[in-house]
Amino acid sequence: MAKILMKGNEAVGEAAIRAGCRFFFGYPITPQSELPEYMSLHLPKVGGVYLQAESEIAAINMVYGAAGCGARVMTGSSSPGIALKQEGISYMAGAELPCVIVNMMRGGPGLGSIQPAQSDYFQSTRGGGDGDYRLLVYAPASVQEMVDYVQIAFDKADKYRNPVLVVGDGVIGQMMEPVEFVSKPAENLPEKDWATTGTGGKREPNIINSLYLDAEKLERHNIHLSKKYSYMQENEQRWEATGLEGAELVIVAYGTTARIARSAMDNLNKKGWKIGLLRPITLWPFPEKGFQLLDETTKHLLVVEMSMGQMIDDVRIVNEGKRKIHFTGRSGGVIPSTSLIEEKILEILERSE
Amino acid sequence: MNSERTILAGFGGQGVMLMGQLLTQAGMFEGKEVSFLPSYGPEMRGGTANCGVIIQTEPISSPVVEGNATSEIIMNLPSLLKFEKDLIPGGKLLINSSLIERKASRSDIEVYYIPSSDIANELGNTRVSNMVMLGAFIEVTGAVDSENVFHALEERLGEEKAHLMEINRDAFERGMECARKQRTNG
Amino acid sequence: MAVVFERTKGLRPVSTHYCPGCTHGIIHRLTAEALEELGVLDRAIGVAPVGCSVLAYNYFNCDMQEAAHGRAPAVATGIKRVLPDKFVFTYQGDGDLASIGTAEVVHAAHRGENISIVFVNNAIYGMTGGQMAPTTLAGQRTTTSPLGRDPLHAGYPIRIAEMLAMIPGAAFIERVSVDSPANVRKAKKAIKRAFEIQLEGKGFSLVEVLSTCPTNWGIEPPLALKWLRENMIPYYPLGNFRDKTKEEATDE
Repeated sequence: MAKILMKGNEAVGEAAIRAGCRFFFGYPITPQSELPEYMSLHLPKVGGVYLQAESEIAAINMVYGAAGCGARVMTGSSSPGIALKQEGISYMAGAELPCVIVNMMRGGPGLGSIQPAQSDYFQSTRGGGDGDYRLLVYAPASVQEMVDYVQIAFDKADKYRNPVLVVGDGVIGQMMEPVEFVSKPAENLPEKDWATTGTGGKREPNIINSLYLDAEKLERHNIHLSKKYSYMQENEQRWEATGLEGAELVIVAYGTTARIARSAMDNLNKKGWKIGLLRPITLWPFPEKGFQLLDETTKHLLVVEMSMGQMIDDVRIVNEGKRKIHFTGRSGGVIPSTSLIEEKILEILERSE
Repeated sequence: MNSERTILAGFGGQGVMLMGQLLTQAGMFEGKEVSFLPSYGPEMRGGTANCGVIIQTEPISSPVVEGNATSEIIMNLPSLLKFEKDLIPGGKLLINSSLIERKASRSDIEVYYIPSSDIANELGNTRVSNMVMLGAFIEVTGAVDSENVFHALEERLGEEKAHLMEINRDAFERGMECARKQRTNG
Repeated sequence: MAVVFERTKGLRPVSTHYCPGCTHGIIHRLTAEALEELGVLDRAIGVAPVGCSVLAYNYFNCDMQEAAHGRAPAVATGIKRVLPDKFVFTYQGDGDLASIGTAEVVHAAHRGENISIVFVNNAIYGMTGGQMAPTTLAGQRTTTSPLGRDPLHAGYPIRIAEMLAMIPGAAFIERVSVDSPANVRKAKKAIKRAFEIQLEGKGFSLVEVLSTCPTNWGIEPPLALKWLRENMIPYYPLGNFRDKTKEEATDE
């Protein structure tokens, strides 16, 4: 199939439709509005439904209802909108409902800005809603990867009966790159025999629920969820490693920032430095296995984020004090430049010489 | 590495985004690595609009064109003031001289003054000013083949607006011609 | 021996957690009977609220979803859009629907969402221990209006039926009460009619049912019924506020 040039947000929509998503409940917010726009035009053509909800909260609860009926369903928003959805996300994790949520991150806190940011790392990985729950979180770095991971996200959501979050930022949502739709749905996904579709007089009623008034029953439910999350931690870590062998310093960055970091890395390596890049693709589970591949030669880790430093906490955890950890980044919607990263690297390496 | 990194900037409504997209799509048709990154937000609604386009043979890391542009298409004065500094030495700057009286301030770059709005008005449609600029741009950079730009434009216009192809082609060719003369004179 | 009364198949054979004298039990029965009599139990999907009737998913004998506080109309919307041929209803109290969930119910009505809502108004937050509800009457004492609700401070009690009746997408809006056998019969009729409206594809239907809360009102059950009659009905008049099918009939 020939490549087509698509905007990130629109490519997400097309990928979702191809992944069998037939329901989208959304609310307009910059910089992700092209996603609901795309869905409103294209879902009806395949017998699906796009519905503009009265609020982000209503949208995620419509997703809850639709997911409870076994449908492949999606919603998308940007940072403050995702903050509003946290209630529904927690309920879906509790009720074990699959869905895909897309966050095209913008600057915060509060109303913040509409420019690209990565300051929802905590919100994505620590849970903005109540309770002991986890989301599988993918952070693609290109429009093509967005497309591929949207398909994967739907499959994993069904496999684990858990919401899956796909995070981009204003850059990935707005930029256009050529894409190919090649990914195939996973096979052997479990049947959704838990869905509320009407008993048909053939079975006992199904109940979609996250309430356990008996403390011990809730604890058993939490243990069940926790086992599922442990399995995900063992099996779902994804990352991309470049130039780790012999590297003096390894940059840790995801999404758009990883691409900028890659340019900085290339520039410095051409000048004879030995810089590597470790790009988490799953933010949760955090790819600690990737860090086990770091070379003995690597004395420094430089975390680069479009935030004041959030992922750095996870890097500190997996590093276990072995290497020096540094940070640089821009926030508020400012995109870090390659020169900012290069200068920081030189400052670190020249100081340590 | 063969890499064209272009900033296109002007007022909203001057067809800046369309220019960028046509260029990107033409690059894609040629099997090159391409990216198109627009500015977005309030400035889209009637203010300034800009985008960065990268066309190269190697995979693209950072899609951001900032401080390393090899070329620029500048359609209004605020954009000239904002982006002239982002050109690398030897970079090519194309200025819509119908709307910008000011000259480029740098001497280490190649500058082309294209009266694109005047040429578009001569052709009878001020809206093809962007195609005049794009023609001039292709003439001086050779970033992509002209025919691929037309191919991309055909796709965009569709059958409904296919009748607009002719004036757009004319505008494009007038832009090429204008740039060619300046190059010869220069 | 002749059978004169049987538990409806619409309710599971379990005992409920409701307080003695609470009228939720009656309203559950009426709702369940309507489901059974209309033959929709095997294709019904109900949505339970947060509040006293939070455990309704254990009582209705059909597929159920438990919604977040106030979001039942949004959840029901999601269900109905996926399964337009199934019967979808929510069962919500006044804290759930008339306070934290006003946006959801107003917009579901505006969309003419083809769902049915049984809205139970007992003028108080029961589950949390008797706090002031949006429907608490002026002067009514609750644990958060200990001197009685002062409308100048705490606002006026909200009349949901009247408000929703103004919405073009609302097809059927009626207020009933379960304070007397005669009113219970009328309530049943209204709930059944609201459900039929959905089955006919006419759009959004809601029945507001005035209900008692002897526990939190601090009034014994028989007197609670009397209190409802004397205090709630004057402010929340019974009757039909909207019936599109009748309006259409008149138009013709």
